[in-house]
Amino acid sequence: MAEKYKRADGRDYDETRKMEAKVGVVKRADGSAIFSFGKSQALACVYGPRQFHPQHLQNPEKGVLRCYYDMTSFSVPERKRPGPNRRASEISFVTSRALETVIPLENYPNSVIDCYILILQADASTRCAGINAAALALASAGIPMKEMVSAVSVGKIGGAIVADISKDEEDYEIVKDGKTIKSATDIPFAILSRSEKISLLQLDGRIKPEDLKEAIAMAKKVCRKINEIQKKALKKIKEE
Amino acid sequence: MEISTIMKKKIEEMVSKEIRLDERGLLEHRKLDITFDVSHNAEGSARVKLGDTEVIAGVKMDLVEPFKDSPDAGVLTVGAELLPLASDRFEMGAPAIQAIELARLIDRGVRNSECIDIKSLCVKEGEKVWSVSIDIYPINDAGSLIDTCFIAAVAALSNAHIPVVKDEKVQYGELSKEKLPMTCIPTTVTIYKVGDKFLIDPLVEEEDASTARLTFTFTLPEEEIHSMQKTGEELSEEEILSMMDIAIKEAKKLAPKVSAFLKK
Amino acid sequence: MTLKKETEDIETSEKEIDSGECESRTIVTPGEVVAEGNDFLPGEGTRREGKEILAQKFGLLEKNNKLVKIIPLSGAYVSRPGNVIIGRVVDITFNGWLIDILSTHEAFLSIMECYGYVNKRDLTELYDFNDLIVAKIKSVKARSIDLSMKERGFKKLEGGMLVRINSTRVPRVIGKAGSMVGMIKDETGCNIIVGQNGLVWINGSKVENELLAKKAIEMIVEKPFQEGLTEKVKEFLSKNKIK
Repeated sequence: MAEKYKRADGRDYDETRKMEAKVGVVKRADGSAIFSFGKSQALACVYGPRQFHPQHLQNPEKGVLRCYYDMTSFSVPERKRPGPNRRASEISFVTSRALETVIPLENYPNSVIDCYILILQADASTRCAGINAAALALASAGIPMKEMVSAVSVGKIGGAIVADISKDEEDYEIVKDGKTIKSATDIPFAILSRSEKISLLQLDGRIKPEDLKEAIAMAKKVCRKINEIQKKALKKIKEE
Repeated sequence: MEISTIMKKKIEEMVSKEIRLDERGLLEHRKLDITFDVSHNAEGSARVKLGDTEVIAGVKMDLVEPFKDSPDAGVLTVGAELLPLASDRFEMGAPAIQAIELARLIDRGVRNSECIDIKSLCVKEGEKVWSVSIDIYPINDAGSLIDTCFIAAVAALSNAHIPVVKDEKVQYGELSKEKLPMTCIPTTVTIYKVGDKFLIDPLVEEEDASTARLTFTFTLPEEEIHSMQKTGEELSEEEILSMMDIAIKEAKKLAPKVSAFLKK
Repeated sequence: MTLKKETEDIETSEKEIDSGECESRTIVTPGEVVAEGNDFLPGEGTRREGKEILAQKFGLLEKNNKLVKIIPLSGAYVSRPGNVIIGRVVDITFNGWLIDILSTHEAFLSIMECYGYVNKRDLTELYDFNDLIVAKIKSVKARSIDLSMKERGFKKLEGGMLVRINSTRVPRVIGKAGSMVGMIKDETGCNIIVGQNGLVWINGSKVENELLAKKAIEMIVEKPFQEGLTEKVKEFLSKNKIK
């Protein structure tokens, strides 16, 4: 391997940006939380389990978890048109799948748990910040969960496997055959706190099998730290 | 949950005796708090809390072609969404009429007050002007969203800096020292009618118990009205005039409170 | 039959509920190991995995003899049979009323579950839209929650005000064997019904008294775990007593 990749902000490969987590931030919701990785900040609010309207969407066998991911128009450098686009819809879908696996939804037939995620400011890894906030909001809403869920995006940049990539790293470019090409790989993971099973896995870029192994190991290690932050945020509630 | 009959009656009874659920006077705002820089990617942003009601607003700017009929004027737009995260009463999907009304009401208040001189946003007549987009997101609805959203819009504008431009391209993330020029700070006060009495800054239950509301936007000290909007049941001329008097008086009390935060 | 007697009857059913002296308990989060060994029994909010008992909810851990359970600290109301709740009429069908009880479903009150004569041709005579009723949860099924108002004390609420609190705070507001709410009633002279779903009805002769009771309840809800809560509430009430 040539020169060792150095992260622009001086972080170690397995070091996240500064994490902040707080629960109980929106009074009207049944559960709510804020989670941030540096300048990526997500707010999540949970309502329910509650009556599912319209009736034809109800599932008599089990309840439904609906996650909605969206960004404020001013959370990104170029104004985003208000309202969810295709990207947001897909993230909403994978977020729901990443979280519902820990919830015994069979306890809530015909009902719905709504989880709204709003990105207040974005600096990459927003879906992971969103999942971390959502897991906190669900827990703080008293929803039964087999275990917690923590998420981080692991990237391969400049030959190195690194955790919690920022926007600058996401835009990492190299010169190949005289052309500048984007060469960052971004793998968002959601990992269950106890079993360490993986409930979200996506890939943007490209990766070799042996690197994926390393990325999984890194994601597990980092998610353990994230889980500690989440636990701390939840346990703080008593003092207030 | 929607209001019950007994709660509606109780609020009517209380307001008639000039008592409120949180023991404020009928013409008294809850505690106001404004913080800035909600998003590092916004040219300006603010978080406004009025009691438990919380709203964030942000400004994004861009260089665009002007409209054909006003080649020397910038483009100002105001958007508002009633996100279901802020209340169990808001729903997902296409913007509800309430959100559209809210956005248009604030748009008229900001535009007509000319607090942003859109001519000053012209970079090259007929070719390039600044567009200024204000987007408002309620985070927690504990009543009085109209007035809170208006304060948030004005606060975000007052916080905005013009981004750096290189080779006629906006360099997002780089803000110049130059502030978005504001000529005045408009103030909005909405008066709610409950029984025969008028009150301001209602809680959700008080909104539910009210039969009409009337919003005024002013510039001070001129006391000139820049927007009005009435909904609910019909009002007499006397009622409208006394609501206007109350609104002017309350705007004069509110404006210095807002300005104190903007100067920080 | 006085009004006071009626509400006492309702409270009897609330007494079984844990009144929550929580100071010594720890907060746990989902997935945490809360007990080890086969001696322990997994109670509410927990599950067994091999030798370990895991928290399945965020809340306060309580070990009572060998039973391990978690008391929720927040979240929406989950209905249980036997709960006394306050609900609002949202719809009227040919044979009963649909009631919003702030739960997973709207609840159903059949005319068969009402006490006394019901005019089937006009159900609004008994309970109209947006009326509040205090009723008991008869059963909770996958598709429906059924209410009953047959027993004594269940009725339509007339006058007074409604306060919404988080349902997990209800045991604190009621207090041990109804001691907390009893004290608030005595000090304010108000009649108070605490629904397990977090809706609290306060009815006094003066609105000032109702507001005082409301404030006392809010005090409990905001800081449910502070030491000497009962004393503090008592002090607050006697200091602010309306003459």
